[in-house]
Amino acid sequence: MGLLSLFRSKPNSASIAKERLRIIVAQERGGRGGPDYLPLLRRELLQVIHKYVNVDPEAVQINLEREAGHEVLELSVALPQKPPG
Amino acid sequence: MTEIIVVTSGKGGVGKTTTSASMACGLARRGKRVAVIDFDIGLRNLDLIMGCERRVVYDFVNVINGDCTLKQALIKDKRLETLHVLAASQTRDKDALTEDGVRRVLDELIADAFDYIICDSPAGIEKGAHLAMYFADRAVVVVNPEISSVRDSDRILGLLASKTHRSANGNGGVKEHLLLTRYNPRRVANGEMLSVEDVKEILGLDVIGVVPESPDVLAASNAGVPVILSETSDAAVAYQDAVARLLGEELPLRFLEEPKRGFFARMFGG
Repeated sequence: MGLLSLFRSKPNSASIAKERLRIIVAQERGGRGGPDYLPLLRRELLQVIHKYVNVDPEAVQINLEREAGHEVLELSVALPQKPPG
Repeated sequence: MTEIIVVTSGKGGVGKTTTSASMACGLARRGKRVAVIDFDIGLRNLDLIMGCERRVVYDFVNVINGDCTLKQALIKDKRLETLHVLAASQTRDKDALTEDGVRRVLDELIADAFDYIICDSPAGIEKGAHLAMYFADRAVVVVNPEISSVRDSDRILGLLASKTHRSANGNGGVKEHLLLTRYNPRRVANGEMLSVEDVKEILGLDVIGVVPESPDVLAASNAGVPVILSETSDAAVAYQDAVARLLGEELPLRFLEEPKRGFFARMFGG
């Protein structure tokens, strides 16, 4: 760090990298070991939902949770906010 | 007891072969009988890093196909007498490596009382990488403090947990370690590079070594002398520490902070 760099504002790119990694790794680990049809299921559900509501692709989340003896397929759709009035 | 260690990473160019060569040398220097095998069929490179490229007569695939004996194909290192190299084949046949063939070679090395078999994995997640990790007892996952390398390592960890002999047979799974290479403490201090702690936290694994970025690594590969043998180099010391930890010694990590610099360097240095 030289004298000049004291006057430059420095974005901390390592913390950006860490945050991005944390999210993508968690997401990829979640999908791992799950049935292969999950991504396709997500895509098709999205198409069906799209016929009725205009949702953001990111708003449809599918999670497969394993608990002792059974599995829970959790589907969450965040609907867009209605305009006021 | 033979221990099979895979050196893997997913991403290419992070230092798998450098690490395989140095770990193998380090173990042999401690008197262990070591065989290091290049699984990168079609892109043989371990021989160059080990400095024995002109002594390759037979390779891994020759042994599998029965063209020669394992003994004929193993290249004895000139520096360390307990160290042996098995070169990859240059064939373009992707199916040259088979699970059964690899198993036979490993079984023969085990019967021959080798202490360690180091499997130098190719990049990617194709057949060569799969077979390099399949029979492993332990894995050294080489990772650079860089976003794509960390992500690929996590993918490899997923495969180690599901697609190996140990995971399939419920033998307690493959024991995994992280080894960071190309670590630049100055850039970490400046917030430009992921820190050891960051990588450890994201991947959730213990760190067996941190090798600082060093010009000695290229110099060593130029010369065909594994960098661990470049006595005065930080990279060599870091690899020696990693080998010690692999053998169960507890050592603190070194080279995590930038070396102290003088007044002028601090004021005007880049």
